[in-house]
Amino acid sequence: MADLIWEVFRQERKGQAFVHGGSFHAPDRAFAEAYAREFYARRQESVALWVVPREEIMAIEEFPDEFDLKYRRVDGYSIKARLKEARERAGTAQS
Amino acid sequence: MRERPRAEIALELADDELILGWRNSEWTGIAPFLEEDVAFSSIAQNEIGHARALYELAARDLGDGRDADALAFDRKPEEYRCAPLVQLRLVPDWARTIARHVLYETADAIRIAALKEHPDAELAGIAAKIEREEAYHRLHAEMWLERLRAEERFAAATAELWPDALGVLDPELRPALAERVGRPEVEAVERTAPGAEFAELWDEMTMVRRSAPVGAQW
Amino acid sequence: MDARTQEFLEYVQAGGQVETDDWMPDEYRARLVKFIEMHGNSELMGVLPERDWILRAPTLQRKLALTAKIQDEVGHCQLIYRVVEDLGKPRERCLDDLLSGKSKFHNVFHYPTKSWGDVGVIAWLVDAAAIISQKALLKCSYAPYARVMKKVCWEESFHILHGRDTVLAMVTGTPAQFELVQEALNRWWTPLMHFHGTPIPAEEDPMFVWRIKSQANEDARQQFLDGYVPQIRELGLEIPDPKLRKDEETGVWEYTEPDWDELMSVVTGHGPASEERLAFRRLSRNEVDWVAKVVLAEAA
Repeated sequence: MADLIWEVFRQERKGQAFVHGGSFHAPDRAFAEAYAREFYARRQESVALWVVPREEIMAIEEFPDEFDLKYRRVDGYSIKARLKEARERAGTAQS
Repeated sequence: MRERPRAEIALELADDELILGWRNSEWTGIAPFLEEDVAFSSIAQNEIGHARALYELAARDLGDGRDADALAFDRKPEEYRCAPLVQLRLVPDWARTIARHVLYETADAIRIAALKEHPDAELAGIAAKIEREEAYHRLHAEMWLERLRAEERFAAATAELWPDALGVLDPELRPALAERVGRPEVEAVERTAPGAEFAELWDEMTMVRRSAPVGAQW
Repeated sequence: MDARTQEFLEYVQAGGQVETDDWMPDEYRARLVKFIEMHGNSELMGVLPERDWILRAPTLQRKLALTAKIQDEVGHCQLIYRVVEDLGKPRERCLDDLLSGKSKFHNVFHYPTKSWGDVGVIAWLVDAAAIISQKALLKCSYAPYARVMKKVCWEESFHILHGRDTVLAMVTGTPAQFELVQEALNRWWTPLMHFHGTPIPAEEDPMFVWRIKSQANEDARQQFLDGYVPQIRELGLEIPDPKLRKDEETGVWEYTEPDWDELMSVVTGHGPASEERLAFRRLSRNEVDWVAKVVLAEAA
């Protein structure tokens, strides 16, 4: 027997992402299922639930980017100036 | 059960569910922990919902102008048909509450399964709906049974309430209950016209409604 | 104020969000816990004035709606106490402090309920006042609490519908039923005017400074009056404050200044029904203590 915290992720409509809804105490899977249904679906407000003990969730919050590898991001490319020059050369510059 | 008029069967079942639904909602705000408070309240609401569907059926049969609310609240105390088991006030004793919950759900499962086979399609239909909802109640009861079965006070409560549990069912269904619960059949506490304690409950239950003329809207 | 705290303050004032494991100044954490705990306490204590009326509900529909409303409130307490727990205070200790009188709960739950008229007025107007505060809390700088408020606000909207419907049924019923509502309104008006707290300017309210609250008390009260006075009056009900009127030029509602000492006295546990309710809750907790120990016991 134990006092576990369970986290619930809910899907509001089919096709949508599962979003974190909240957490509750329950001693085991049977209770956790009962309470998840109560808290996140008693008004038929969710079409699906994922219920998991909190300790099973690995939280990651630190993401080093020491050498600023911009090529992996949208802001790593600034094509405006080159595009302007290319259009001028081709005579297709927009007014 | 088959020989009795449909309205009579429906009223008896409805009265059980209404009074039990109310007894279960007495735990609102004071259940052993918050998650269970919310869960138990849903069970109470389902029971009142069952009562409503059954009162509506009975009202149609009786055809005397009374609606579901009139049957639920405007009869005299001695006209109610609920079993002694559901009338018991068990708050704040959780062991006895769960003992009753387990016993009632088991008895009700047997009763509802029989009703699903009733020649009357409407009654059988409501029974099927109730059964689908009560599957959840049974899971909940079993969940708690697992946790409490080793507790002395729970065992004592089950023993104490056993004769009342038998009284929920018609005599021909009692052996099935005894088998399912694993207890010998004993002399049941039979349904009778409710007494003084119920009259007190009825008084409080209907005090707001009686403060306006019959037929007033609320 | 040290540099790190100053930086944090500027961060939240600029709309920055804080998560559970982020660094936060001690003062911020302490105020947060106290505020959120009081909210949780209030949801739980709110159940007690209303639960008696489940038995007495005059129709099956009202019985169901009222049971569901109260169930929501217990659920809200659970969600809110979870937020407090993740900030470091176990909910059993929150319950200890509530029942010993050490921590507070909202003024309105210290008053008795006397009739079915109260049931309608509470579900409609008290919940309306609450939803105004709760909508403002959607912008709370502490993100876990703000996220819980989304579910709370959504569920509260059902309560207001049920409350208003209940009131409407009575005001279109018999004269005696109309009177039930008027009489309840007469008793609940002062607690409603107290609800949003003293008219302290936002800059002087530490809860606003830290962006735990995002709305000044008086703004909330004005919003309530703006939205609900017309709705109350259009039913033919009288509000028991002869001074209550809206200044059409400034758009500001004038009213008889509530007795703020009375509010302080009530909130510190001296309301007409405070002790009785706490005693009731203490009693039932003692009776069921063994259950949580059996079910939620720590693994051996």
